[in-house]
Amino acid sequence: MSVDKATVKRIANLARFRIEDERLEPLAGELNNILDWIEQLSQVDTDGVKPMTSVVDHALHWRADEVTDGGKRDAILSNAPASEFGFFAVPKVIE
Amino acid sequence: MTDLTDLTIAEARDKLAAREISARDLTKAAIDAMEGARALNAFVTETPDRALAMADEADKRLASGDAQPMTGIPVAVKDLFCTKDVRTTAGSHMLEPFTPPYESTVTANLWANGAVMIGKANMDEFAMGSSNESSYFGAVKNPWRLGDTDLVPGGSSGGSVAAIAARIAQGATGSDTGGSIRQPAAFTGTVGLKPTYGRCSRYGMVAFASSLDQAGPLTRTVRDSAIMLGAMAGYDAKDSTSVDTPIPDYEKALTGDIRGLKIGIPKEYHSDDTPKEIEALWQQGKEWLREAGAEIVDISLPHTRFALPTYYIVAPAEASSNLARYDGVRYGHRATLEKGDDLNEMYEATRAEGFGAEVIRRIMIGTYVLSAGYYDAYYLKAQKLRTLIADDFHKAYEKVDVILTPTTPNPAFAVGAKLDPIAMYYNDVFTVPASLAGLPGISVPAGLSSDGLPLGLQILGRAFDEETVLKVADVMEQAAGFTARPGVWWK
Amino acid sequence: MNKDMSNKYIIKGATGDWEIVVGLEIHAQVTSNAKLFSGASTEFGSEPNSNVSLVDAAFPGMLPVINGECVRQAVRTGLALGAEINKFSRFDRKNYFYADLPQGYQISQFAHPIVGEGEVVVELEGGITKTIGIERLHLEQDAGKSIHDQHPSFTLVDLNRSGVALMEIVSKPDMRSPEEAGAYLRKIRTLLRYIGSCDGNMEQGSMRADVNVSVRRSGEPFGTRCEIKNVNSVRFVMQAIDYEARRQVDILEDGGTIDQETRLFDPGKGETRSMRSKEEAHDYRYFPDPDLLPLEFDDAFIDEARESLPELPDAKLARFVGEWGLPAYNAATLVGEKESALWFEDLMGHLVKQTGKPAEAIASRASNWMLSDLFGHLNKVGKSLTDSPVSAEQGAKLLALVLDDTISGSAAKDVLDDMIETGRDPAVIVEEKGLKQVSDTGALEAMVDKIMEANPAQVAQFREGKTKVLGFFVGQVMKESRGQANPAVVNKILAEKLKG
Ligand SMILES: [Mg+2]
Ligand SMILES: [Zn+2]
Repeated sequence: MSVDKATVKRIANLARFRIEDERLEPLAGELNNILDWIEQLSQVDTDGVKPMTSVVDHALHWRADEVTDGGKRDAILSNAPASEFGFFAVPKVIE
Repeated sequence: MTDLTDLTIAEARDKLAAREISARDLTKAAIDAMEGARALNAFVTETPDRALAMADEADKRLASGDAQPMTGIPVAVKDLFCTKDVRTTAGSHMLEPFTPPYESTVTANLWANGAVMIGKANMDEFAMGSSNESSYFGAVKNPWRLGDTDLVPGGSSGGSVAAIAARIAQGATGSDTGGSIRQPAAFTGTVGLKPTYGRCSRYGMVAFASSLDQAGPLTRTVRDSAIMLGAMAGYDAKDSTSVDTPIPDYEKALTGDIRGLKIGIPKEYHSDDTPKEIEALWQQGKEWLREAGAEIVDISLPHTRFALPTYYIVAPAEASSNLARYDGVRYGHRATLEKGDDLNEMYEATRAEGFGAEVIRRIMIGTYVLSAGYYDAYYLKAQKLRTLIADDFHKAYEKVDVILTPTTPNPAFAVGAKLDPIAMYYNDVFTVPASLAGLPGISVPAGLSSDGLPLGLQILGRAFDEETVLKVADVMEQAAGFTARPGVWWK
Repeated sequence: MNKDMSNKYIIKGATGDWEIVVGLEIHAQVTSNAKLFSGASTEFGSEPNSNVSLVDAAFPGMLPVINGECVRQAVRTGLALGAEINKFSRFDRKNYFYADLPQGYQISQFAHPIVGEGEVVVELEGGITKTIGIERLHLEQDAGKSIHDQHPSFTLVDLNRSGVALMEIVSKPDMRSPEEAGAYLRKIRTLLRYIGSCDGNMEQGSMRADVNVSVRRSGEPFGTRCEIKNVNSVRFVMQAIDYEARRQVDILEDGGTIDQETRLFDPGKGETRSMRSKEEAHDYRYFPDPDLLPLEFDDAFIDEARESLPELPDAKLARFVGEWGLPAYNAATLVGEKESALWFEDLMGHLVKQTGKPAEAIASRASNWMLSDLFGHLNKVGKSLTDSPVSAEQGAKLLALVLDDTISGSAAKDVLDDMIETGRDPAVIVEEKGLKQVSDTGALEAMVDKIMEANPAQVAQFREGKTKVLGFFVGQVMKESRGQANPAVVNKILAEKLKG
């Protein structure tokens, strides 16, 4: 499984990175190095092995249905790069 | 009288309790040391005023007899822990302008215990790194040097360990995802404890890889580690993965008596690539524990050698998702936009500018391994390997109480040695397996390399059995008698 | 069930007949005080970003903790759908970027939903029913809201909805007409409102549907489908399907192919159009959310949820028809809304108590009164059952007066008008307006005699065989009695006396 420039572009797009065209090739190389190294896992027979999703084997703790939070718009907006009328503001989206 | 900054937490606690010293004096000494050690670049943000105010509070508590073990103790906080009204950067340009309106549970626990924050410690960007060179705020220098050569302190808790090793703070918080507490501890002759996953709350700790991240203490002694863990740990209803079991008195576990305990030596940790002096130190560690009455048992952790590549699927995958929130909308960096730039252009420019190369590389890997058509081959495969790796440990712990290994395959290396990514990843080869299994581990300074640099040995334990880990570490620490200190060149 | 009895819906193309295939993904907001993973309020219509916790805004280090009530409501809903409940389920992250998705992912359930397969029976026109399969129900977070038209250069983002609990109910592609889709959506809405797991308020967005539409020639495999996002009324769902199916047929008949894509329904134009912002390839990179552990519960929890369920509409309908003898249409209309079914049952309770008659003897009449008289009058004044000035108890009092012949049916209408206007007791109104019906034979006979005496010509006409003049005499009696004469009694007396 080798990553080419087009794949790097696709992945960068999924991850929302602007990557200059001249960086695509070197980045593909870096990613391939890592992926080739990871490839050694294919030696291991994992048929029938249960995938681990958490090392914690306790039950999920449930919260009561009570309003305990909110009402802190100033705190929520305090770090916003742009806000207007109590909203976060981002470049206009055309649907 | 010794320098106040030389005191361990235990010593300082006793002197504070006896009112031989004040929290204010202890804190002032720490602030002076911090300001005098800027050459190390160990701190992203210094908080001297807040520290003094906290020290005064601590003195009041001490006077009223309501002191806790950490009351009045100066600590450095890894800049991964959100601290209310104090900038928290995670070592990233992305969070350079970020001031949380909330406090992480771990730091809140420390403050409730009376600890004093002197500043926010530098770290690898988003905790991704083993050398602290990926910090947007510049590399941290190891207080230990090789002649005139600057060395890395390890990572990602590099600022934290530098602050401990340079006798600035008595303790520091760290976080360990694949070795980020234990590896830098080994590089700096300090003690680093990664507790069991779920022991310390992750609430308010900037996430790198959620299923692996775990906060822990960095200190100068095992006893201090026990004291500080007690002040950091605890169930937190705000973290669904935090575990609701009682917190024992860890310091009480340090009985010095390990007779009859079984110490596992995993054969897979032997490698031809491991330097002889590290193998020799490991042998020495075995001897110390045997002499103290423990039984040495050879064990096998057959899937250990796949731990590192497994980790480099799981951690980037989770990171790619965890770091998606850094989009320039609600906080943190937003790229300056050209007129007409749309939302996507904002995302792409913001994220390209805000993240450093290693973070981008890992997000790219993580995005790739989760993407359509590759999920089964990579992510699912890795999660299955994780099961096998954890099972290895579970089987081993049917036979042994703890496991002894080297902490790192090498001592600290030069700043700018420019290891390629995979070579860098190998720094964590001995620490990552326990991370994947969620198990506790501690690195104890055990000796010096031929170049005179500190080396650490690692003790791993059963889930939620930090007590036995600390007990054995304490015995090994006594046996090793590590007293070496770096020459003070940074003042 | 009469699976194949549905009303055949066919699109006549230039090249032949086309069948349409529809599946619905309904997003229903779980009725809860707090959000799915945070303690912020779910209240509708608050100031922007006021019902937002640091968790909802995805601040660094913030973690989700599940609201147990949302789990309970999802299980109750699953039970109401006759679906299989999964005691083990899990939350996954669905990764994509959007301004109103603060985490950069939605916490949802992909591989292991909380509820598995089930089915519902929907009633179609002409008494036909059809069974629609449920594929799954899962819990997930809602996103925030982007407002594009309030500022010249910015899109504004409000996170009040961010993190609100949704149940996504996914149907099988079992619907074959807009009518079936509409009936299915209505049925789900009714069910949710019965059990109280969602208020079903489509205007406020607590319920909306993603509609998957494809077309095929009869007997062929499924065609490529388009997904019409976020349609927020039953009517729009039906219109959107109708438009979209025709659009697809036109393309296919022109030799084109259907692109699998996400589309938007424009209610103003009655059209669907491609959504540019969602055009790029989806790759959601689902994986288990490492901030959460699996969601597990035991049989006792499911049993408790089951016991908390009220009588469901299908059971109620069967009881209304089977036990109370309601006409099927009346019963279906009444159970269609929880409010009307409960109101009717309340009415019946009072009525049985007041008249001492068995329910089956009076239910049909009561249902007629409620559906035509009560609803008609409420409609006139722009009110609904929920804000009706007439309570079920008052309604029963009025009906009881009709049932024991105290007042006539037409007088009852006047009384109801008054009640709706003034909220007064019907007995008071009847008394004050003197609407009591006269059934006293003696008094009526005297009245008839008097009228016959005064109108000999008409009496003669009747006796010559022009029986139509009976109406004239009835009218005169009613006039004389100021409408209070019992018409049945009047007719009987007139028939006898006029014969001579
Ligand atoms: Mg959907
Ligand atoms: Zn959904």
